[in-house]
Amino acid sequence: MEIIEILFTASFWAAAIRIASPLIFATLGELICERAGVLNLGIEGIMVAGAFAGWMAVYSGTGLWVGVCVAMIVGMGFGLLHSILTVPFGLSQHVVGLGVTLLATSSTYYAYRLALPEVTSPPKIQAFQPYEIPILSDIPLLGPALFSQTPLTYLAFILVAVVAVVLYRTPLGLAVRAAGENPAAVAAQGLSVTAIRMGAVMFGSGLMAVGGAFLTMSAFDSFFFEMVNGRGWICIALVVFGSWRPGKALLGAVLFAAFDALQIRVQQTSLGTQIPYQIFLMMPYILSILALVVMSRRAEVPAALMVPFNKGER
Amino acid sequence: MCSTPVEALSLDAITKRFGELTANDAVSLSLNQGEVVALLGENGAGKTTLMNILFGQYTADSGTVRVFGETIPPGNSRAALDAGVGMVHQHFTLADNLTVQENITLGVRSLLSLRSDRAGARARITALSEKYHLAVSPDARVGALSVGERQRVEILKALYRDVRILILDEPTAVLTPQETDDLFATLRLAIADGLSIIFISHKLHEVMAIADRVVVLRHGKMAGGVRIADTDKQALAAMMMGTEATPPKVAKSTPGAALLELRNVTTPDVGNAPGLRSVSLALRAGQIIGLAGVSGNGQAAMADVVGGLVSPAQGQVLLADAEVNNWTPRAAVQSGIARIPEDRHKTGTIADFDLTENAILERYKSADFSTRGWLNWGKSRAFADAIIDKYDVRCPGADTPIRLLSGGNMQKLILGRVLEANPQVILANQPVRGLDIGAVNYVHSQLLAARDRGAAVLLISEDLDEVMALSDVIHVIADGRLSPAFDRGQMTPAQLGLWMAGQGFEDEVAHAS
Repeated sequence: MEIIEILFTASFWAAAIRIASPLIFATLGELICERAGVLNLGIEGIMVAGAFAGWMAVYSGTGLWVGVCVAMIVGMGFGLLHSILTVPFGLSQHVVGLGVTLLATSSTYYAYRLALPEVTSPPKIQAFQPYEIPILSDIPLLGPALFSQTPLTYLAFILVAVVAVVLYRTPLGLAVRAAGENPAAVAAQGLSVTAIRMGAVMFGSGLMAVGGAFLTMSAFDSFFFEMVNGRGWICIALVVFGSWRPGKALLGAVLFAAFDALQIRVQQTSLGTQIPYQIFLMMPYILSILALVVMSRRAEVPAALMVPFNKGER
Repeated sequence: MCSTPVEALSLDAITKRFGELTANDAVSLSLNQGEVVALLGENGAGKTTLMNILFGQYTADSGTVRVFGETIPPGNSRAALDAGVGMVHQHFTLADNLTVQENITLGVRSLLSLRSDRAGARARITALSEKYHLAVSPDARVGALSVGERQRVEILKALYRDVRILILDEPTAVLTPQETDDLFATLRLAIADGLSIIFISHKLHEVMAIADRVVVLRHGKMAGGVRIADTDKQALAAMMMGTEATPPKVAKSTPGAALLELRNVTTPDVGNAPGLRSVSLALRAGQIIGLAGVSGNGQAAMADVVGGLVSPAQGQVLLADAEVNNWTPRAAVQSGIARIPEDRHKTGTIADFDLTENAILERYKSADFSTRGWLNWGKSRAFADAIIDKYDVRCPGADTPIRLLSGGNMQKLILGRVLEANPQVILANQPVRGLDIGAVNYVHSQLLAARDRGAAVLLISEDLDEVMALSDVIHVIADGRLSPAFDRGQMTPAQLGLWMAGQGFEDEVAHAS
């Protein structure tokens, strides 16, 4: 079978890992927000803003890593806005999140037009190049797939481990998880729920923006409207799929990306001539929905997700 | 003896208002090292509010808090903890999905430190739990623990931080008598080590057992303070309520016709609790029927059937001797069955609705409160105001969200809602659970008044004393089966206890066969 053959090519897995990278950043970001008890539906817009901010910074002459930092800072700015409205003010997290997405998306397009009023096609930048890790990249199949990626991809994988360690092994991670489970318990131990939740939302939003920046600075080398294209919403689902655990969320991101990479390749096989290509486009989404249905039955939702906490209220 | 006692804590002229409600009015309190002071008062007297101010969860409008001579900044739990004040809340502040150790160590180490020193924390928790007989596994998920175990975790949380003053807000409300004894033993060990305790309760015998001194709050004000050695239960009850506590006198009743009747009703099980097993019961006018039994023996199923939430799988429901086919909550309400639900927070009220909305919840469709599909807010508001006035619901006004009320006042509103509809049948499921003596007597006298007016009252209670004091007829429910009717005074508590353990039923089966 041609599909089986595809599954054993290094280029297929390399593509899957590449497609997964932005999802990993943004999923981790969303996971941190939700672990602290805040649903951040601003993710889609924050990814757009991050994609633009990082790319624009590099286009204006900064280094690539500075561009990543700029994207992170812009993301944290939107995170600050989101968290002020949802944490101390306790507004509806759905409404605020969708509002942030709309604001971030449209202000990005506005900034794009302000910065580049007369271009017809967006300029290109010198994006991150693949870096082949010595020795490891020589492993057959695995080497080219995993160890010939851009530095941002490596960063994404490292971050999964870092976030997992911080969440489960440090006092800070414990405080974040407790804020999402029972904020009253956090307050009773003399910690500020507001500070913990706002910090988590800001940091998480920063990661979402880096996920967006991956698109313009690593996957491609330019900024297009609609390039985020619903990836933020996929990440919301991936958090559920991963049962709010970083490792499982990574697995989910790679799985989704693999389906995506697979469908592109299947379109080019003999099967692709017989079946309308839209069917293949649908495939990763349908499979994600199925996976979500199966996995989310056992998912452990943070008990205080979307529950605002106001100290001193009875 | 010791020379001058060290003053561990002093609260000076604390005042706190919630909207128009003054929860604490210039309350002062002091506590010496190694002393146990009981804070006594009716529901809504302001005990919990005062302690939340001490612990920095509420900010007082005025007044100061001093711990070992140092003034602690208001509204700052961290400062209170650092000063050595710990609190075990009535509703535990534990995260169910975290382990015991995680709950205890939360926030103890700086959030910026990279290590959590789990082994050290674990050793310390084990040592503390051995020393104070607080057996609990550090690795257990809190969600999997019993209520008694959770309370031990809460106490460990405080001890782990080396608190010098421990506030216990109604710690025994959720405990069995055996667990209460264990708790007191633990507390005595800690007191011997110099811990000072503020003990909030309205169980007078516990206060007498553990406290050195009692401070009584009434309507948010200080009503007095005495040494335990100089007082007794009657005097404390009088101080707490402002008047001598007198249980209502029960006159003999003359039962009338059956208003609601269950015939051979069987219902499905409710979770782990059994449903009804071929139960027949007649609720007669002018009678209080008491349903005694150990919790989880079919009381919930009985309440659901009488309230219309469940229609029988087998058997019949009869209203005034006519069989009902479509038995729904609305049918029940419309045929004059009023419900005092078991859990006033979950099923009795809607927390964020105000008193007016909660007052008309069951009958908003009736002509009293709406015309042609439009709510009549004027009449509704007047109805709520009337209840507040007549039933002495202490609140800032009818437009207050009901969650701001204390349990007793919430129950009074429910009682008013029930009785003002002039119901034929009253289903009173645990009507006085969690209420103080004053509120208990009030609810009981209102139920008796309804009986004398000709209503049938089904009183479901796990408190045998309550059932025996009020009921004209007692049935025992055990494993979904109903005992024969016993008249008032026919059975001793011990005899009823045998039925509650399920013993009489076999004989009945034997007789039948």
